[in-house]
Amino acid sequence: MTDAPILEVRDLAKAYGARIGCVDISFDLWAGEVLAVVGESGSGKTTLLSCLSTRLAADRGSVVYAMRDGSRRDLSTMREAERRFLMRTDWGFVHQNPADGLRMGVSAGANVGERLMAVGDRHYGHIRGTALDWLDRVEIDADRIDDRPRAFSGGMRQRLQIARNLVTSPRLVFMDEPTGGLDVSVQARLLDLMRGLVRDLGLSVIIVTHDLAVARLLSHRIMVMKEGRVIEHGLTDRVLDDPREPYTQLLVSSIPQA
Amino acid sequence: MNGVAYNFAYLDEQTKRMIRRAILKAIAIPGYQVPFAAREMPMPYGWGTGGVQVTAAIIGPNDRLKVIDQGADDTTNAVSIRAFFRKVTNVAVTTHTGDATIIQTRHRIPEQPLAAGQILVYQVPIPEPLRFLEPRETETRVMHGLEDYGLMHVKLYEDIAHHGRIATAYAYPVKVADRYVMDPSPIPKFDNPKMHMSPALQLFGAGREKRIYAVPPYTEVKSLDFEDHPFEIQTFDQPCALCGARNVYLDEVILDDRGGRMFVCSDTDGCDSRRPTTNDQPEARS
Repeated sequence: MTDAPILEVRDLAKAYGARIGCVDISFDLWAGEVLAVVGESGSGKTTLLSCLSTRLAADRGSVVYAMRDGSRRDLSTMREAERRFLMRTDWGFVHQNPADGLRMGVSAGANVGERLMAVGDRHYGHIRGTALDWLDRVEIDADRIDDRPRAFSGGMRQRLQIARNLVTSPRLVFMDEPTGGLDVSVQARLLDLMRGLVRDLGLSVIIVTHDLAVARLLSHRIMVMKEGRVIEHGLTDRVLDDPREPYTQLLVSSIPQA
Repeated sequence: MNGVAYNFAYLDEQTKRMIRRAILKAIAIPGYQVPFAAREMPMPYGWGTGGVQVTAAIIGPNDRLKVIDQGADDTTNAVSIRAFFRKVTNVAVTTHTGDATIIQTRHRIPEQPLAAGQILVYQVPIPEPLRFLEPRETETRVMHGLEDYGLMHVKLYEDIAHHGRIATAYAYPVKVADRYVMDPSPIPKFDNPKMHMSPALQLFGAGREKRIYAVPPYTEVKSLDFEDHPFEIQTFDQPCALCGARNVYLDEVILDDRGGRMFVCSDTDGCDSRRPTTNDQPEARS
């Protein structure tokens, strides 16, 4: 492990007028670490994720990212061009609804290849080879490469979205409820796949979920949010097995036991 | 000639100045789409209102105008626009590419290489090359600003994936002066190489979309492609049936309903110049 966190968040706050989105958020994320942000709907999880990934400008606070070249940059001072470049090379963003993260009108191969072309790959054979390789890694049959995502099932779309994000070997991936809207068996396969990829590629992940089972399976650490604030923060097993805050206890006890 | 007095070249002088300012900006930033306050013209959108406004803004009494549509001087659109300018400017018109100082075109670049001092004015239906890939104009402007052109290759990738080759045959995207990706208007990709380092000034006017862009003389114009699927132009396996020319762009002409057809030059002026003069020029008759 490196000696400095890949992402340092300090006193991040975002308000929508008088309404709090999230406030007083501070944490470090280390390389290869999976951090789950849990909480019920409206607790500020998605706002936080949007601020971190620069999709939304925060009102206060700083987010410092360790770039590939070793320099540390405050994301709010980056230029739009740099941010976009970061978004499509070093970062990934997996949306809850795959239609938001995919180009539904172009083939699966082009979806995976888009990032490569965006960073200047101009060799069709190479782009296609890489796309085939990634489809295989996310368990999509090679003969579906020229099909459009419209013809894919929900689970396949989500796996395609993951492939599309990971093709440039990002170091940090944001996930917003990646298993939402999928049935349980498909969820299980997807989680299995994500766990394998995260481990193999040494990804740092910030995953927003309301599903504590997902958090337990994937994450090393958990942040529990309520009304825009982090109320509990710790190792996943500790938080889930020995929750301190009454609210966390309520969340944990509301998981139906199989 | 008529009872109504129009200003020279139909548009009023302030409008022409406004369009010239847009043209100058467009020339200064090759390939960049400059917004301008396009006027209503006495012809429907789709007939070349953008090109007509550009021509009206730059034409002077000593100019000689040629108008082509699909390479031909004698099609409805070309004849009408030529008649329009004769009426409102009384400038000389010609069908000979070499004689013209301004050539307004739809869908073709003349086969005869253009010379320094000539101006080619394109009528553009859709100026935004990213339009069908990214429908949001706000987003495409940012993409141009940041040179974020990966999406353009997604389209070419799709072509190869589905057709085995880059099947885009017209409006083939180009990169101008190694900066802006530009839609060269619906010319066949056969004509794309003619834009590269052309000694003539090339102006593009889109009336409905209210955009003007330009390729200054001697500017690099590169058609986008892949390393292993390089850009190539259409080839024809037979010469023009009328003049015998090879390496020119041919139109298919259906002769009867029993499958008879012939391939002839799309550029009528080029074709006429290679044939013994049998008929006079259309202008002489009008």
